[in-house]
Amino acid sequence: MSASNTLSIAPSLADVGGPAQPLITARDLTCHFPVRSGTFAPKKVVRAVDGIDFTIRKGETLGVVGESGCGKSTTARLLIGLVPVTGGKIIYDGQELGADLSLRNLRRGVQMVFQDSFASLNPRLTIEETIAFGPKVNGVPQAEALAIARDLLDRIGLDPARFAGRYPHELSGGQRQRVNIGRALAMRPRLLILDEAVSALDKSVEAQVLNLLDDLRRDFDLTYMFISHDLNVVRFISDRLMVMYLGEIVEVGPAEALYHKQAHPYTAALFAAMPSMDPDARTQVPPLAGDPPNPIDPPSGCRFHTRCPQASAVCGMTRPKVTTLGPGHQVACHLHDPNSGHPEATT
Amino acid sequence: MTALVEIEDLTVRFSGERTVHAINGVSLSVAKGEVLALLGESGSGKSVTLKSIMQLLPGRRTQIGGRIRFDGRDVLALKGRALADFRGRDVAMIFQDPSLALDPVYSIGTQIAETVIRHEGVSRVAARSRALDMLKRVRIPSAERRLDNYPHEMSGGMRQRAMIALALACGPRLLLADEPTTALDATVQMQVLLLLRELQQEMDMSVIFVTHDIGVAVEIADRVAVMYAGTIVETGTISQIIKDPRHPYTKGLLAANLHGAVKGSRLDAIPGAPPTLEEPPTSCPFAPRCPSALPVCREARPPLVNRGPGRAVACVLEQEPAI
Amino acid sequence: MTFTTTPASVVIEVPAAPTVSYWAGVWHRLRRDPAALICAAILLALIFSATFAPWLGFADPYTGSMINRLKPIGTEGHILGTDELGRDMLSRLIYGGRLTLFLGITPVVTAFVIGTTLGLIAGYVGGWINALIMRVTDVFFAFPSVLLAIAISGALGAGIVNSLVSLTIVFIPPITRVAESVTASVRKLDYVDAARASGAGNFTIVRVQVLGNVLGPIFVYATSLTSVCMIISAGLSFLGLGVKPPEPEWGLMLNTLRTAIYINPWVAALPGMMIFITSLCLNLLSDGLRSAMNVRQ
Repeated sequence: MSASNTLSIAPSLADVGGPAQPLITARDLTCHFPVRSGTFAPKKVVRAVDGIDFTIRKGETLGVVGESGCGKSTTARLLIGLVPVTGGKIIYDGQELGADLSLRNLRRGVQMVFQDSFASLNPRLTIEETIAFGPKVNGVPQAEALAIARDLLDRIGLDPARFAGRYPHELSGGQRQRVNIGRALAMRPRLLILDEAVSALDKSVEAQVLNLLDDLRRDFDLTYMFISHDLNVVRFISDRLMVMYLGEIVEVGPAEALYHKQAHPYTAALFAAMPSMDPDARTQVPPLAGDPPNPIDPPSGCRFHTRCPQASAVCGMTRPKVTTLGPGHQVACHLHDPNSGHPEATT
Repeated sequence: MTALVEIEDLTVRFSGERTVHAINGVSLSVAKGEVLALLGESGSGKSVTLKSIMQLLPGRRTQIGGRIRFDGRDVLALKGRALADFRGRDVAMIFQDPSLALDPVYSIGTQIAETVIRHEGVSRVAARSRALDMLKRVRIPSAERRLDNYPHEMSGGMRQRAMIALALACGPRLLLADEPTTALDATVQMQVLLLLRELQQEMDMSVIFVTHDIGVAVEIADRVAVMYAGTIVETGTISQIIKDPRHPYTKGLLAANLHGAVKGSRLDAIPGAPPTLEEPPTSCPFAPRCPSALPVCREARPPLVNRGPGRAVACVLEQEPAI
Repeated sequence: MTFTTTPASVVIEVPAAPTVSYWAGVWHRLRRDPAALICAAILLALIFSATFAPWLGFADPYTGSMINRLKPIGTEGHILGTDELGRDMLSRLIYGGRLTLFLGITPVVTAFVIGTTLGLIAGYVGGWINALIMRVTDVFFAFPSVLLAIAISGALGAGIVNSLVSLTIVFIPPITRVAESVTASVRKLDYVDAARASGAGNFTIVRVQVLGNVLGPIFVYATSLTSVCMIISAGLSFLGLGVKPPEPEWGLMLNTLRTAIYINPWVAALPGMMIFITSLCLNLLSDGLRSAMNVRQ
């Protein structure tokens, strides 16, 4: 059932480069925030995202994982222009943002769903008005925008006859998150960024929303960037996985393969920190000690070396090179670079 | 094993703009040295159960029924000085958000020492050395220096450890944990869970651990009580719950955890949402969402069917003799 | 046993109350607040009697007779007694309400419009524009509001228009500050980000997404300022900087009657009582509005 043509607006931006060209390419993407602890304190810089390269292919789901302060949310906000780019390039379907593509047009191709379902809905607008807002500011006449909103409500599982006129506080958390998804889809994006979009929901409701996302991906021909801290959810939904630590990408690879064998010690620790789900084989040793360091003053060399169980002298001095381990599987770790000088490095 | 905490037919109702029947007849017991996990989704009444043991519910808007006994004493009758002694010395509580327990204007060392002095009347020097000892026991690195730190000077995981040190300073016999690891990063969550498990065994405490995450319950609990709509739908050891769930809701929760779910498969989601509890349930509260509901489920509350010691399921399907 | 997969279009949802609009909800909650309702009734009665005073058949507030000076409360023909010139107190209090309420409400309404605009700009745009607007506001904050009003009125000279101007200037800074902080907190919310992400311009975002969520709190705050404004304007008249005799105005009446405080204290206190009751009602009403407008109860 290709019901997407019942919508009166086609995907906002038509395909340019064909299926082989990545939908998003980020090159050396950087975002630094200045912070000041007091009026006369020296300015410091939060290195939220520090020179990352990645691609999102058309039609895939890229899972992004990492702990707080790793820059996964900032990366998402960079891709939709909600925080300014400090350095590097964002290329959407072959067109560079700022050169070939305006921010306004990028936002027609990329939309986002936030974690807090309540804060992301205007309490003074009915959900129908909220969904219709995007099309309206892009020149769709009022009546048509409302028709789009009602159609979308139906697709996200909320009967328009009963829900269109409701306010956010009259909905449950799961219903509100459905509305947020509908609001993003009203712009007919090709990439939908889901920033911890199901994390705040109860488990039983989360499963309903994940099923919905699966339906919508097929109906609307979407590409997902799925940010989450729950590796079970990420594994279920992702084709590829991107692991971030303190503003850098440490490992990228096919989700299923990474789930069984991790190359970077940090990825391994993340997977080891998942609850075992077996009462007879509980976790005995914590996979890592301490908290993630502050991104204001990240450690030198490999940023993970302060917590890494396999760190050696070289890790504190030089930034690891990206090594390709297999098709689509890359890791930034001295252990996998034969020339790095790490005593345990693979040769 | 003797029971340290016994809850009998607890009911809690909040009145106000909307009446909410938060707890509708909960009975459970926790043995000495046992870790019981209260597992449920938001609104299931797990936190309210915990708070009623501590008498932390807003008095004027809350009607509590039933009985809570701690070591034979009637907890709900405690007042004034007796209640203050009960909180902190016999029972301590830790939270998801450490800022609920830690005072931002005092250093960690001072807060722990004050608590010890209030409950045990020891000297300031002895109290401070106890504070140092506690910080070491929760594995805070360079504990001497950390004694004089204020909560805002610590990282999230460290604050959580400091809160645990404060809660355990007077050696409580019962620890109430309200989702203490939910807001933490995955790697830090596992550190804190393992720490709690060690301390529980060292101090031989009983723990009631509230969580929405089955994975966390597996790592810490001996026994689990699954809550839904202010009632307990199933209790059993953690192995029984994981390996042989009986109640349809427990089965649905386990499936929704997605452990081992493979990409591309369809999730067996529990449809719908929990009831709002404006009225106390008169039938099985899960029946509207239950895939195996029978007409009888909509007529009366299901009986609590006992299936061996410490094992009970509130479901009519359990009643029929196995054929 | 498996759970049947629900199609996305079938959702068993929480039985929610039938949809009510925001203002209907506010009214519903306000109706259950007896204090706010009584205050609203008193204020409405005051405004009504002040507005329609000439048609309600009261005595002339300007003419009195020297024989009937300072009659006590309950005198035949003068229920609330007479003032130092023998004028009917009831009539003067009712007529006095016209000027007093006008002087109390107009500056706040004007300051509400100007302050909200400034605060919205400062809070939404941020950066150096915010710094400029808010630092200028801080300069005005350095003076106590009564002192500032007296200083400006003194510089401009006595008169109704001048006291309106000075009171407006006094109330712009506090409203700006509240508007700025409310706007800045709304601006950080995800729904504003979502609106930006849909490509909406700043003006549209402020109009559709921000304004509706900030006007309520600013309005409530302004309501509470009205009582302060009445008291200060009464104070200005008391000092001879506002309304001139023989115009009836509560502050001025309080001033001229103060000589009679030993002879007939109850009558002398009446204008003060009126100021007290009105400002108390305004404060309680704004409290009631504040809690009724809080959606997330």
